[in-house]
Amino acid sequence: MRLKIRAALTALATISAVVAHAKEDIVIGLQLEPPHLDPTSAAAGAIDQVLYANVFEGLTRFGPDGSVNPGLAKDWEISPDGTVYTFRLQDGVQFHDGTAMTAEDVKFSLDRARAEDSQNAQKALFAGIESVEAVDPLTVRVTLKSPEGDFLFNMAWGDAVIVAPESIANIKQAPVGTGAFRFEDWVQGDRIELTRNADYWGEPVALSSATFKFISDPSAAFAAVMAEDVDAFTGFPAPENLPQFDADPRFQVLVGSTEGETILATNNANPPLDDPGVRKAIAHAIDRQAVINGAMFGLGTPIGTHFPPHHPDYVDLTGLSEYNPEKARALLQEAGFPDGFTTTLKLPPPSYARRGGEIVAAQLRAVGIDTEITNLEWAQWLEQVFRGKDFGLTIVSHTEPMDIGIYARPDYYFQYDNPEFQTLIGTLNETADPAERSRLLRRAQRIIAEDYVNGYLFQLATPTVANARVRGLWKDAPTQATDLTGVYWVE
Amino acid sequence: MLGYALRRLVSLGVSLVVASLVVFLTLEVVPGDPAAYMLGINAQPDTLVALREELGLDRSRLSRYLSWVGGMLQGDFGISYTYRTPVSGMIADRLQVSLPLALYALTLSTLIAFPAGIWAARRRGSPVDAGIMGLTQLGVAIPNFWFAMLMVLVFAINLRWFSAGGFAGWETGLGAGLKSLTLPAIALALPQASILTRVMRSALLDTLSEDYIRTARAKGLTRAQALWRHALRNALIPVLTIIGLQFSFLLAGAIIIENVFFLPGLGRLVFQAIAARDLIVVESVVMLLVFAVVMVNFVVDLAYSAVDPRLRGRR
Repeated sequence: MRLKIRAALTALATISAVVAHAKEDIVIGLQLEPPHLDPTSAAAGAIDQVLYANVFEGLTRFGPDGSVNPGLAKDWEISPDGTVYTFRLQDGVQFHDGTAMTAEDVKFSLDRARAEDSQNAQKALFAGIESVEAVDPLTVRVTLKSPEGDFLFNMAWGDAVIVAPESIANIKQAPVGTGAFRFEDWVQGDRIELTRNADYWGEPVALSSATFKFISDPSAAFAAVMAEDVDAFTGFPAPENLPQFDADPRFQVLVGSTEGETILATNNANPPLDDPGVRKAIAHAIDRQAVINGAMFGLGTPIGTHFPPHHPDYVDLTGLSEYNPEKARALLQEAGFPDGFTTTLKLPPPSYARRGGEIVAAQLRAVGIDTEITNLEWAQWLEQVFRGKDFGLTIVSHTEPMDIGIYARPDYYFQYDNPEFQTLIGTLNETADPAERSRLLRRAQRIIAEDYVNGYLFQLATPTVANARVRGLWKDAPTQATDLTGVYWVE
Repeated sequence: MLGYALRRLVSLGVSLVVASLVVFLTLEVVPGDPAAYMLGINAQPDTLVALREELGLDRSRLSRYLSWVGGMLQGDFGISYTYRTPVSGMIADRLQVSLPLALYALTLSTLIAFPAGIWAARRRGSPVDAGIMGLTQLGVAIPNFWFAMLMVLVFAINLRWFSAGGFAGWETGLGAGLKSLTLPAIALALPQASILTRVMRSALLDTLSEDYIRTARAKGLTRAQALWRHALRNALIPVLTIIGLQFSFLLAGAIIIENVFFLPGLGRLVFQAIAARDLIVVESVVMLLVFAVVMVNFVVDLAYSAVDPRLRGRR
């Protein structure tokens, strides 16, 4: 009995402590600062990292596990042929400037994204839309050119959020959305401040304000967390320091998965890499775990194809390219390169590429393939490698979710041209049946793995270091976002 | 004096024109397209064209150069390619951090170097002199970013006297603003103070061996009196040169320290802008820095002639 009373008292004390003292503000550290604040006209993940789900919302939204959930659309009906989506919007939604969010705003946002002069970095997401129609203030009808299995998924992207027409002129500096937080201030080079939106249509949030602080230097990020200047750092840039935080009771470390397939991208049109036998040899020459350990301090999951391991349709194909230098040498001999060959390895700035590149180069050298390493800035990489296709090998992480479709584009920078695969993706795009989609996705993964299109290295992991008393942060990153709507403090 | 100043102004103008050409052409040669950087790897060709058009990147080089220079003459630095805000406003924001930081560091450096240099010169050959010279060796040799990280470890992480970085903003008060600049200023001042101490000492020693000092001593001044009245003023010329150079360096060269303390200063702005190929920002900031360096040199030149009246007649 006494025990029970004590337990009840403790519980009471805990509750009152939560009520009385729980902090309501949070400082989040991020490595990259957004260039501007319009998620619908730039590729920079940093924009979504601050604004997605916090300030801006779309018709649908990603959940912490990557599922697609209702957002501004309460629910929807899909016509039997899969081409007409009728969305019913949430009632009583207001933009931060006080105007009502209606079907007209949805129509405006989608039409703006797919317009001729659109500057949307993911314009392809909207390419299948035939027309958008505001049936009444709370109903939107979207007609597609052909059935599109991914449509609801596409509408959850940060590039598809609903914007207020009257805010477009200043959206890059003063974003106006419908989210639980409104934009307050941006001190360029330093921080962005958000405050709670008291008129939010959905579940009220626990935080009254949030500050995003931009700290690019890894050792400065370490110091800022250690000195408790920031309460949480998402995408913590110094994985080597994680054990130290793990051992410190003041902090918690969350290591989550991302949509970033890190690959040794291979120019399939550049001899001798156009020979599948040579690419197979490269695949067997690479010790993925050594790359993960050496470049990422053990963070990352090995992959054998271009698909995230946490996805239910993932097929583990790492066996097709297990580490076997003997076999790699034999394959090179078979392909007519007993003495190996020389190719280029062009590396963009992230550490997975720069550090990973050194290790991959050493592993390739061990089987006789010499690489000339060139370090490039992103702007140069985009121009030389991505646009100019002037490369043999490069290492890059493809962070867009569900992007296996890039293998169906023969003009894409790795220049893989397989009509069978292209037909398969065409069928997939028009299939809405989950079981059939799943079968097609598995088939697609196998085709590119068996063709050894690229060297598949690992799925990028994202570490978050946070104060031990912060709850509700996303562990995984199904999209680049720091969703604060569920974040709160405990004593 | 006026004629001298005018002649210096003309050569200053020529330097600026040459610099603007060099800056513009250099950045034109660098590969990379700002529009492609902004839109990333999934951008469609028509989207890129639309953005390039909006940014004015489809115009000829000459027309872009002329509109850039023309704008600058009217105080308009153009609109940033990535941030899409006026560059002049961005620079003004960053100067609120960079300028006080440079002045703070320079003040610290001068406050340390003058007494230390004079003391070492007066006690030439003594253990004091050897000690000060040893310390300055150390100050020059220690990389300032390493020293900065050490200070963060001690004063921010262990003692919690300062935050690990960031700038509080002047709106939170002068004290808070200065406090957040203190560790960076010390880190920046340390090597500068060491160099300045050595220059101060050797300049003083040079002048102390001049004939006029012997004359001053012969007419009955003590060593200290001769030093203060005659040697110091003559030793100031090389010291002023170094201070001028240091100020220009501190204004633009604090980038590593700005990264260590994540301060929103000019250095980081340029760094980000180069990566993003935000050429107009890079060009404008570099021009501003060129202008600052040229101006500082001009002021130093004028200061020379204030210190040494003989220079007014020459050149």
